[in-house]
Amino acid sequence: MAKKQTIEVEGTVVEPLPNAMFRVELPNGHKVLAHISGKIRVHYIRIVAGDKVLVELSPYDLSRGRITYRLK
Amino acid sequence: MSIIIKSTEELAVMRQAGKIVGTVLKILSRQVKSGMKTKELDIIATREVERLGAKPSFKGYRGFPAALCVSINNEIVHGIPGERVLREGDIVSLDFGAIYNGFQGDAAITVAVGEVTPEAKQLIEVTEGSLETGIARAHPGATLGDISAAIQNYAESRGYSVVREYTGHGIGREMHEEPQIPNFGLPGNGPVLKRGMTLALEPMVNAGDWHTRLGDDHWTVLTADGSLSAHFEHTIAITDDEPEVLTKV
Repeated sequence: MAKKQTIEVEGTVVEPLPNAMFRVELPNGHKVLAHISGKIRVHYIRIVAGDKVLVELSPYDLSRGRITYRLK
Repeated sequence: MSIIIKSTEELAVMRQAGKIVGTVLKILSRQVKSGMKTKELDIIATREVERLGAKPSFKGYRGFPAALCVSINNEIVHGIPGERVLREGDIVSLDFGAIYNGFQGDAAITVAVGEVTPEAKQLIEVTEGSLETGIARAHPGATLGDISAAIQNYAESRGYSVVREYTGHGIGREMHEEPQIPNFGLPGNGPVLKRGMTLALEPMVNAGDWHTRLGDDHWTVLTADGSLSAHFEHTIAITDDEPEVLTKV
């Protein structure tokens, strides 16, 4: 069974936004609007400006993403 | 979030799982004929995998309702078997996975229903050829990009396109493990292959453009331009020498 293609990159949270959305800066300087994965939400993992996170991007819309992991 | 290396013991179990998957697909390929409903294939797959002492792994995976994916003509992957009747001239992708003693096997074939057009036949041959070419690159020390690029070049140099939004994948205790294995890429890119990695390579090749769309059932993936698509998959293990194709029987 084929896997849905995703792109995962490391980024830095620059600004928390309402509705558990974040603006995340990627290493290439792009800023994406990212929501958080259900797993992060369920485990009440707090994300603040300056955190390094893993962001999953869709090849369709590179301006939006999903935060899947908070890195140390 | 790294590629899991399997021990010799784990590989022995995966060999069994792979053999079961290959056997079920072989049985199915002999059963395909015009006039049969696709759900009949699902029933056969379920019966045979249980007879061989394993469980189908797709059923219930993220809510998938069947043991087998049946994707016809312009359907690329993840077609749900049901009331649809196979017709002479169709090409049918059968994708099947089994779990045996905790380990997964995953493979797919595309078969012709009776006589098909020369174009359809060639698409099937090129897709299978691209999988074989990819497998031939799966040596320790090579990179994942070497496999991806080989598959892409083989298909594109013959005038076809490779689907980009769906990929092959690492496989083991889980059906989808790291890494994702795109069917396009650049030689030398990506992680280096090591002995004990187990990978499911699965080129999805379209006669037309590579773009896809999702069907109304939210599972079936179709070609955006309505062109024919074929799909082959094997689960392989990286060894010190030639790659071992676990799902070949």
